[in-house]
Amino acid sequence: MYEKHILICAGTGCISSGALDVEEALIEELKKHNLQDKVRIIMSGCHGFCEKGPLFIVYPEDIFYCEVTAEDMPELVEEYLVKGNIVERLLYKDPTTDKRVISHEEIPFYSKQMRLVLRNCGVIDPENIDEYIIRGGYSGMKKALEMEPIEVVNAVKSSGLRGRGGAGFPTGMKWEFAYRSQNDKKYMVCNADEGDPGAFMDRSVLEGDPHAVLEGLVIGGRAIGSDEAYIYVRAEYPLAIKRLRTAIAQAEEYGLLGKNIFNSGIDFKINIKEGAGAFVCGEETALLASIEGERGLPRPRPPFPAVKGLWGKPTCINNVETLANVPLILRKGADWYSSIGTEGSKGTKIFALTGKINNTGLCEVPMGISLREIVYDIGGGIRNGKKYKAVQIGGPSGGCIPEELLDLPIDFDSLTAKGAMMGSGGMVVMDEETCMVDLARYFLSFTQNESCGKCTPCREGTKRMLEILLRITQGKGEPEDIPRLEKLAVSVKDSSLCGLGQTAPNPVLTTLRYFRDEYEAHIFDRRCPAGQCKDLLTYYIDAELCIGCRACIKACPAEAITGEKKEPHVIDEAKCISCGACFDKCKKDAVKTK
Amino acid sequence: MCECHETAAKVEESFEYDRLESLLQGFLGKKGAMVPILQAIQSEFGYLPRPAMEYTAKRLRIPVSRIFGVATFYAQFHLHPRGKYIVRVCRGTACHVRGVSKVADRMQELLGVGVGQTTEDLKFTYEEVACIGACGLAPVMMINDKTYGKLTTDKVKGILKDY
Repeated sequence: MYEKHILICAGTGCISSGALDVEEALIEELKKHNLQDKVRIIMSGCHGFCEKGPLFIVYPEDIFYCEVTAEDMPELVEEYLVKGNIVERLLYKDPTTDKRVISHEEIPFYSKQMRLVLRNCGVIDPENIDEYIIRGGYSGMKKALEMEPIEVVNAVKSSGLRGRGGAGFPTGMKWEFAYRSQNDKKYMVCNADEGDPGAFMDRSVLEGDPHAVLEGLVIGGRAIGSDEAYIYVRAEYPLAIKRLRTAIAQAEEYGLLGKNIFNSGIDFKINIKEGAGAFVCGEETALLASIEGERGLPRPRPPFPAVKGLWGKPTCINNVETLANVPLILRKGADWYSSIGTEGSKGTKIFALTGKINNTGLCEVPMGISLREIVYDIGGGIRNGKKYKAVQIGGPSGGCIPEELLDLPIDFDSLTAKGAMMGSGGMVVMDEETCMVDLARYFLSFTQNESCGKCTPCREGTKRMLEILLRITQGKGEPEDIPRLEKLAVSVKDSSLCGLGQTAPNPVLTTLRYFRDEYEAHIFDRRCPAGQCKDLLTYYIDAELCIGCRACIKACPAEAITGEKKEPHVIDEAKCISCGACFDKCKKDAVKTK
Repeated sequence: MCECHETAAKVEESFEYDRLESLLQGFLGKKGAMVPILQAIQSEFGYLPRPAMEYTAKRLRIPVSRIFGVATFYAQFHLHPRGKYIVRVCRGTACHVRGVSKVADRMQELLGVGVGQTTEDLKFTYEEVACIGACGLAPVMMINDKTYGKLTTDKVKGILKDY
């Protein structure tokens, strides 16, 4: 009988921070104290609070240790597990009150969240199907198999669930289209090609609660009349792939997948397809081409995949997070689900909160919550006391939300109205040191690079837009560049073949809408207000602040800095290559830009 | 001739068709197998050698241009031998905002190669990827399967020393 359960987060973030070393050291220490039979170690999925990883939670007391290292293990085991004294220094410290808190529920990062889809992430062992079942897993599927297909479709329809992959299309309607398509073979597809830079919610769900996605697929299969599914997952997510394979094998062993599930006479098979690194494959028709083993090029719709999809058969494609919502709807009812959220957007949404924010990580919030609550209450505000500038939401397809819109309720429609979009849920916070023109350039270079080249507006249009943006950030912008960009952006948006091109101009359009002054500063004053665009910066040393430590001289790769020890140094503008090495090195903030 | 070409020449001169054939056996007759086949070839040989693509085309009874088309479409596939250690610097949004550009510049300077290139001794290949998904630790990079987070220009030299 175990007296204590220790959950160590084994999401990609915590593993990168050393969670596996912690596990190894803990096992070692437990043996030393002969505790290995009394303490059970569970390597769980992502807890979301990646910033403070590796996370280490002890049950039943619910004590939340963070930033734990392998070197801490002797002390933790000795002090806490043997003597029962809480190790204060490893507890979470509330940055506003400076107080240490014990339970994760007291941490604002968690207390404002509503974890429905993430209910099991970080709580169960994702490689153990029993833990999923104990927490109600597969009961939604059981219900669905007892219902008529159209009843399942209607349940999801009336729940108001909308696709979490980006566009927010009503899931029930998608299912109904596929349900009404007559064919002897139909496919369910799970789109796990999470390519948006800055987004990792799908990965965390797959790693932390893979069975929820499998259950969602079977329910979808029941609804549309399909007996086979594909999960298209990025090859860059090896851990997610491994956990999915384990989950599928366990579900097959339990008779929850495969032939004649629950003696219902229904078969269902799930295959995994690994992506091969192409952002455009997140677009549904390109994804299907990729599963078929071809170049992942999108094709015009109609015919929609619900009519003609994988190998010409009716196919229903849903995103990971969407599918993970489905078991809950079946289990708890559509009415319960639709009571959460706003009029047009039901349920919760997971956001990957990153950038210049104190608490980076994954959070799940009810639709309709304000951006301010996410950034300041859950995210803990901006790093290093800097000023909020914008949130980039929705990745390369989304837009930037400025300070005056911080109280905007977050749902599908309000974001679209402001020129951004929900996207898959990446939320990158930026402070005054982020250059918005450079950010637009960054996204455009991403979409340009990932453009598949099939249609002209996207292939050529994004290229020309990128050229203009590059020019502006290099201080060679022309006054006509702004209207040129706007015109091109609208053309690319209107005439591209698929979602990639249709949304690629969004980052440019929103930054032009809310941060036009920054573009103008680059073009007319040859100045980067955020101090980021290398070609527009001149570095100099403030003689008052310089203590003559020579650190910058050593750091300078161009030998542009001169000066004697303990005397103020000087940068030779002619030699300076504006690399910023001196700026980073200086401890006295004496290196300035103008 | 640099080592990368020498290695390629070595592999391709005495190409082991048996190894490829037994690998293909698992896929023949399966639909949609092209991408998985290329993935398997790459994990076996480290890259996609030309003779392997030509032979596969024959076995699948399709033009080699189609295989080449698929191989060049996806970022994952490589037509040249790669280094023992693959350095992947993340250029995702979170890393961008937290200043990965300088880290990337420093890394390229240290290795003396550009994006997608391999050092002459075939030790390192330098790549930039869209997002590793470890945004909480931005800026990040991976060397083979190990992730390094919260990078600074000062840190990277020390990290490289371990290899």
